Amino acid sequence: MNYESIIGLEVHAQLATKSKMFCACSTAFGNPPNSNICPVCMGAPGALPVVNFAAVEMAIKAGLAFGSQIQHKSIFARKNYFYPDLSKGYQISQYEFPLCLGGHLDIPLASGETKRISITRIHMEEDAGKLTHDYGHAEKSHVDFNRCGVGLIEIVSGPDMRTPQEAADYFRKVRQILVYLGVCHGNMQEGNLRCDANVSIRKVGDTKLGTRTEMKNLNSFKAVERAIAYEINRQIAAVERGEIIIQETLLWDDAAGKSASLRSKEDAHDYRYFPDPDLLPLIVTTDWIEGIRKQLPELAAAKAARFVRDYGIPEYDAEVLTAERDMALYYEKCIAVYNSPKKISNWIMTELLRELKNEGIDITACRITPEHLAQLVTLIDDGIISGKIGKDVFEEMYTTGHAPAAIIDTKGLKLVSDTSELDAIIERVLSTNQKQVEQYKSGKVAVFGFLVGQVMKETKGQASPQVVNELLKKKLS
Amino acid sequence: MTTSLTQLTIHESHERLKTGDVTSEELTQAYIKRIEAVDPQLNCYLTRVFDSALLQAKKADAQLKQKSDVTPLTGIPLALKDIFITKGIRTTCASKLLDNYIPPYNSTVAEKLDRSGAVLLGKLNMDEFAMGSSNEHSAYGPVKNPWDLTRTPGGSSGGSAAAIAADLCAGTFGTDTGGSIRQPAAMCGIVGMKPTYGRVSRYGIIAFASSLDQVGPMAKDVMDCALLLNAITGHDARDATSIAAPVPDYTHGLQSGIKGLTIGVPREYFIDGIDPQIENHVRSAIDQLKLLGANIVEISLPHTEYAVPVYYTIAPAEASSNLARYDGVRYGKAAPGAVDLADLFKRTRTEGFGPEVTLRIIIGTFVLSAGYYDAYYLKAQKVRTLIKQDFLKAFHNVDAIVAPTAPTAAFKLGEKSNDPLQMYLNDIFTIPANLAGLPGISLPCGLTENNLPIGLQLIGKPLDEATLLRIAYAYEQSTEWHTKKPSMQKSDAKK
Repeated sequence: MNYESIIGLEVHAQLATKSKMFCACSTAFGNPPNSNICPVCMGAPGALPVVNFAAVEMAIKAGLAFGSQIQHKSIFARKNYFYPDLSKGYQISQYEFPLCLGGHLDIPLASGETKRISITRIHMEEDAGKLTHDYGHAEKSHVDFNRCGVGLIEIVSGPDMRTPQEAADYFRKVRQILVYLGVCHGNMQEGNLRCDANVSIRKVGDTKLGTRTEMKNLNSFKAVERAIAYEINRQIAAVERGEIIIQETLLWDDAAGKSASLRSKEDAHDYRYFPDPDLLPLIVTTDWIEGIRKQLPELAAAKAARFVRDYGIPEYDAEVLTAERDMALYYEKCIAVYNSPKKISNWIMTELLRELKNEGIDITACRITPEHLAQLVTLIDDGIISGKIGKDVFEEMYTTGHAPAAIIDTKGLKLVSDTSELDAIIERVLSTNQKQVEQYKSGKVAVFGFLVGQVMKETKGQASPQVVNELLKKKLS
Repeated sequence: MTTSLTQLTIHESHERLKTGDVTSEELTQAYIKRIEAVDPQLNCYLTRVFDSALLQAKKADAQLKQKSDVTPLTGIPLALKDIFITKGIRTTCASKLLDNYIPPYNSTVAEKLDRSGAVLLGKLNMDEFAMGSSNEHSAYGPVKNPWDLTRTPGGSSGGSAAAIAADLCAGTFGTDTGGSIRQPAAMCGIVGMKPTYGRVSRYGIIAFASSLDQVGPMAKDVMDCALLLNAITGHDARDATSIAAPVPDYTHGLQSGIKGLTIGVPREYFIDGIDPQIENHVRSAIDQLKLLGANIVEISLPHTEYAVPVYYTIAPAEASSNLARYDGVRYGKAAPGAVDLADLFKRTRTEGFGPEVTLRIIIGTFVLSAGYYDAYYLKAQKVRTLIKQDFLKAFHNVDAIVAPTAPTAAFKLGEKSNDPLQMYLNDIFTIPANLAGLPGISLPCGLTENNLPIGLQLIGKPLDEATLLRIAYAYEQSTEWHTKKPSMQKSDAKK
């Protein structure tokens, strides 16, 4: 029997505002527990929320980028449930009347075509705090409210994805756009971006949707792919055994590579949503929307096309360089210093990306500044150092963050172009390799390369290959 | 007989403070003495902060002497309903759950009072979380009505109303969600005003029903009421529902009289069940307004009968959510001996909340539940809109509305405590103004045969507190009801 899977994602993205959604507390990550808190986000008696309009602006930006209809009037609603990380006993969210309705996102398929994934809605809400169980008291848990009240948008897709791969690609693309817009840091380790997946299966040809399950705790692209694949297989196996899929919420355990049931439909919360009486309806004027639209930055696809057009680099290069906004910025900064787009692209795509990947860091943490990388390429082009020495200099730059010129100076790596010094070396090479000289003179020109190599070896690579070529030819003629 | 210091109104005290005839310290000491002597009978104060009050008084005296930063409230001993968050001063909301709660911040109102140079004597008793009409739902025992110690002072701001009537403070602020300022003001023979929703910041007011709660002054006379309102009114960026409208000086124009004003008498407010003595006194008050030059016209507010059920749907719904934060995790009294998380929540809330609060949380949870939301909460919101429209239509033709504040005078302690519906009906005339967000004021307009105060209610247009104060002042100055003082005795009268 052939099955197809129906997948929809709910992506939760923390907004990159400086302060929280409904109070002035900092959103900074990594501060000591319960240091970014105030009466409002702690749910103190009598404290009241006030909307952070910078967060609304970011949500509108996201909505515009995904082609959503920005609603002129949306309503904050309370989602009521008890949990220790939820300071007010309810989460301020949007329910019946979200800020953004509709929209879509095109993802690339393996075939080279693109597929349009619909977006149902984007709404605003606040994050909860974080429970920790590892403070050394077996009998106690602790809760950190630093994250409580940080602004979020939830982007809900239609049930349009058919494979785990498509889901992961969609999630990647959503992240890329949000990071490009500057509305989310997109750092999954820090929990900036989380995702839940709704999964169901049906026999190929069926038009009715199967019962879906909701998988929570998908915190990496790999986890999205693995968890969905796992769930599809679980559902197929269950149906094959003649079982009925029950509607339930599942929790993905990435370390164990499996899921566990969190609650069934019968135990589902009744969140008792109702409009938050502490907040007036959110009114967004056309002027505001159009002002934001004008400020929308160039997104990855447009940037890649421009790189191909303006810099003449291959499409593949452009795609790699624009995959991350910060990388594209880095590249453009290099170009601004030294306009040699393809050579700089080569250095980034081969050397730099390899090192970053090995170290597991992001371009923003890279010790080589764009100016230094551009200078390195300039030095090679000007014949100050050879390409081969350039690689050594690069390694040094990567480790120390020093400027290439400084490294060349301290290590004495400048190319030898003093012909009198080179003359002596060439004489020595020619006299110790009489046989090859004879061969060359008798017409075996291929030996020339060997002789160049020998000279380079003698100079420890610091000779300019061009100068060596010229001098050697003169001597042998 | 010379009037004792505690009997002075705020404006009288202010004149004497300014001339140096009396100091704030003397005034404060006089109140402290009276509280210590009288309050054991009444149970108005939940927390007394006399040491800090005397420090504030000394500071006020220095300001008065130097004539720097003197406001009409400088050096005036006030108190606050225990629903106002006061930094560093225990704030219980009359609930066991917050028995040990010392807030880390100040409400906007407390902050403004502090800046005005007023002296804070302490925190006043109330119904737990402001849920009640008799002050019998306080976790710290009921407040007695100074006019008859066997009766309730009304609620929920019962401690505040009784404290003013008994001269235990010069003025206070209460909160009014369904009549919690006006009804106890009526029952204790004082002046109490609920301003327009959004006129006064709710920041730092422990929430009961957010779309209805409003802070307002409670005072010995209308002039004091205006002075107190001046001190707290205005937009607050920390409360998204607060209104950014210009704030007038409410003492201006008080004396300009009411000639030519049209005042509406809603026929739905004179119904069966209203005590005939109340009706008679309110009708005489209306005659007095006519005598003072107002045009009196009969009007209709046809959806009035739905106000109580609408209120008892919306208010508990909001309360059930507002009170969800009391889980014992971050503050308040967590119940000991919980075996797991659900048990901690359950025990803390079961042990911490009194029966009336529990009842309303259950009602509120029910009306918001899946499958019932449309039939109850949503429908109530629709009817609320109709009630609001009734008023706005009426205000095309009238400048203000006059009505009784409550259908009865103060009732006996325990008389209605086993009959929530009877208790709820006591708010029948005050609830509509909350649902419509309108300003309302209650002032004394008579005494029953048993010597119990009767309240006259005026309801105004949105943000038109000034007209209400003007009418109230004209009435007050032409009658003597505001000068009557309570007996501080028990009475044997049955009704």
